[in-house]
Amino acid sequence: MRVTIITFPGSNCDRDVSVAIKKITGKNPSNIWHQENEVPNCDLIILPGGFSYGDYLRCGAVAAHSPVMKEVKNHAARGGAVLGICNGFQILLEAKLLEGALIRNSGLKFVCKQVALKINKQIHSPFLHHFKQNDIIHLPIAHNEGNYFADSETLKQIEDKGLVALRYHISSDGNSFNPNGSINNIAAILSDNGKVLGMMPHPERYVDNELGGLDGFEFLKSTLEQLS
Amino acid sequence: MSNLREDLSTFEIAEDLGLKKDEYEQICSLMGRIPNIHEISIFSAMWSEHCSYKSSKKWLKTLPTKGEVVIHGPGENAGAIDIGDGKAAIFKIESHNHPSFIEPYQGAATGVGGILRDIFTMGARPVALLNALRFGSIENNKTKYLLEGVVSGIGGYSNCIGIPTIGGETNFDKSYDGNILVNAMAIGITEKDKIFLSAARGVGYPLIYVGAKTGRDGIHGASMSSTEFDDKTEEKRPTVQVGDPFTGKLLMEACLELMTTDSVVAIQDMGAAGLTSSAVEMGSKGKLGVKLDLDLVPLREENMSTAEIMLSESQERMLMIIKPDKMDKANSIFKKWNLDIAKIGEITNSQNLEIYKNNILDAQIPITYLVDQAPEYDRDWTTPEKAPKLQIKNAPIKSVSKVIEKLFNSHNLCSRNWIWEQYDTSVMGDTVIPPGQNSGVIRVHGTNKKLCASVDCTPRYVSADPFLGSMQAVCEAYRNIISVGGKPLAITNNLNFGNPEKKEIMGQIIHSIKGISEASLKLNIPVISGNVSLYNETNGKAILPTPVIGAVGAIDENKHSASLSNAFDGNSIFVIGQDNSHTDGWVGQSIYAQEILNIDKDYAPPPVNIEAELVNGNFILKAIAQKLTNCVHDISDGGLAIAISEILLSSKTKGIGAVINKNYNHNSESFWFGEDQGRYLVCTSKNKEIEELAESKKIKITNIATINLSDRLTFSNEDYICISELDVKHKNWFKNFMS
Repeated sequence: MRVTIITFPGSNCDRDVSVAIKKITGKNPSNIWHQENEVPNCDLIILPGGFSYGDYLRCGAVAAHSPVMKEVKNHAARGGAVLGICNGFQILLEAKLLEGALIRNSGLKFVCKQVALKINKQIHSPFLHHFKQNDIIHLPIAHNEGNYFADSETLKQIEDKGLVALRYHISSDGNSFNPNGSINNIAAILSDNGKVLGMMPHPERYVDNELGGLDGFEFLKSTLEQLS
Repeated sequence: MSNLREDLSTFEIAEDLGLKKDEYEQICSLMGRIPNIHEISIFSAMWSEHCSYKSSKKWLKTLPTKGEVVIHGPGENAGAIDIGDGKAAIFKIESHNHPSFIEPYQGAATGVGGILRDIFTMGARPVALLNALRFGSIENNKTKYLLEGVVSGIGGYSNCIGIPTIGGETNFDKSYDGNILVNAMAIGITEKDKIFLSAARGVGYPLIYVGAKTGRDGIHGASMSSTEFDDKTEEKRPTVQVGDPFTGKLLMEACLELMTTDSVVAIQDMGAAGLTSSAVEMGSKGKLGVKLDLDLVPLREENMSTAEIMLSESQERMLMIIKPDKMDKANSIFKKWNLDIAKIGEITNSQNLEIYKNNILDAQIPITYLVDQAPEYDRDWTTPEKAPKLQIKNAPIKSVSKVIEKLFNSHNLCSRNWIWEQYDTSVMGDTVIPPGQNSGVIRVHGTNKKLCASVDCTPRYVSADPFLGSMQAVCEAYRNIISVGGKPLAITNNLNFGNPEKKEIMGQIIHSIKGISEASLKLNIPVISGNVSLYNETNGKAILPTPVIGAVGAIDENKHSASLSNAFDGNSIFVIGQDNSHTDGWVGQSIYAQEILNIDKDYAPPPVNIEAELVNGNFILKAIAQKLTNCVHDISDGGLAIAISEILLSSKTKGIGAVINKNYNHNSESFWFGEDQGRYLVCTSKNKEIEELAESKKIKITNIATINLSDRLTFSNEDYICISELDVKHKNWFKNFMS
């Protein structure tokens, strides 16, 4: 199992993801700097969370033009798996590897808390293999711009194709976990082939019961098993 | 070499810069000549209260700063303690009060940036942040604006740079209407033998400037922070620095990377008084001279004067001495991180600060005049008056639950989740206990050892009795560490007071320092770093004296820990530090007295018994170690009834409740809401064992309540409160207030 994690200037979850991958696989992932023109041959590229380029211009907009992103796109075009977490999701959108946009949270504030998420498993994807439709998992979020938005046509396509992977859960008593105003409660979306996933929640932070839970561990572990 | 620039100063110029007449005369006499305008600017910054600690130094020296865990006490960028396994924890608290009042977002953001630089300057990766915030009355229109700005400023910097916030406290009082307090604490971890210091070494070695370019922001910030506010405070906006956490992150990574390459001889961040104080600090500590060529300083703006460059408080800058043969290495690292790096001078053996610009010598000052010869005042002070003991009828209370509801549904005791949710509390993947509990707890990365930290002060106690109130602040921080199972190791303090030139304020400061000393010495938690913020006054009115204590403790590998959230059905709740004979609590200066009895005069605060603190603290650690409990809470603001409620509100068990045991029917208001010190609550299913342990250690103990699943805290058939409803009120007060 070979994982490559990319560090952009301002990434701040690169170490956390690295530690989580090591904990799951027992092996250190490759960490590469955004200026690299080559990505080592691998099964999964992860774009970690953080504030690449200080979120200047738009979140992820500058990082999407880093030299390494050309290789990330090639990897995705070859059918390789890519996971963008939080700021990594924003970069994937700016790089047009996924559709839609992430705008300022509806509450206009940074939000950090645990949310309940509902699995939406309509297409085959290594990221969802482990889960059943409508499974509920808990993960933390921490972001300022996680409010997923797409125009009605794009949104319809995404929904019709079943590309939504996770939704913020609305419990039976009407309690909403949508922390940011995301349209259709979307927390994560997939590419058409199910191999590129962008997600706002941070699975790498829940890889230990002591730190809040194991749902992130299960999510990453099953993904890595599917990809190896 | 050219002659010294003339442009002589006058007293009027010096006075504008904040120097007093006798100080100016003292400078002229030391120099043996009239200093020029550049030199006097430098003196004004270095001799400011902010940089020189001239009013407090005499008394700060009396703080206990030594102990077996102490590696570096006060005097360095931050203090360092040994946490075992070859590792050191580096920590400090620092205020950014004045700037945050003038410009709340930037003031708070750069407060965080500044304290983080203090930590990584010493070679430690910052791993946790805490903050202690004080705002004016909730009725004051400006309070919300300031609170909103400060919280988003703290979040803006810390979230972006990626350091979790793990604790803090926020309070409101009208005395802070014109002077809010923003105290930020940071903790870092490094290898014990890889701590970097600021003392200059190596005559002829290059002095290297790294980080952001220098602009005109924050000029005379140190002097601004050393004066009172008045109605024209708004005009001081340009003296506030502007932060850029992205550059801060790059600078942190670049410095930590360079520090692994055996290149850095000495390093000092540019904080208050910018390049001036960092260059002087390095020279002074190393007893060497510093020669600066300002034409080489990376500038953001054109035509900056010598004083502007020397006193700019532009953020995200560092000064280093680098081994000459490692310059290529340093250049390549800083280029990778896209940061400026420039040689701006060198270390000399002259012991002078020499500043050149356009090849003209603009200033030449013996460094010792700026540091060692800076004034140290023994200001006049008066002993604070003893407040009388509050006598109340202590009538049976009709409804304990109504009071509980009122206190939780108010600014006093409502949840601060509106604040914490704006901070990233789980980045870095080691946060075990996030804000909102007794202490924040993080794992020491890559190990099973944990660090815990808490910031505490109860200004209404300090106001009524500076000595006792300051002792109490240390004790409360100590109890918060104990409550999670941590061994308290050391503290940092942030002394926030009014104008020290007033005798009664100076009296507060001195007695507060004495109180801190007494408690710190007896509890064996030395003061390893700190900060003093004086002149917190507006139009002559001072804030409540607020000596904030930040404590750090450790939970060793394989040791058990405790949390506020571990109460389960069937557990008993015991009070530790109180037995059945206790019927009459201490109401003076309590929240109950303030909010329910509407007493706004100062009365004596609860007494502090350090011996009891030690004994009770050790008992709690023992009970946790022996697995007799993993749910502990210290009893503080609001007293016993509030502490019991807080355990229930923190529980993850749905429908949790508790019933007060039958023998507690006396129901006096002081029993339930008195704020007697040195007490804890523990939840346990091992009643017999805990009572036996208490007996063997001669600990006062009483079984007060039993946990059930009734969703009620029941005092009697008529007096109970629904916990799930209380939870909603507790969580929503802040949100409603801010919207």
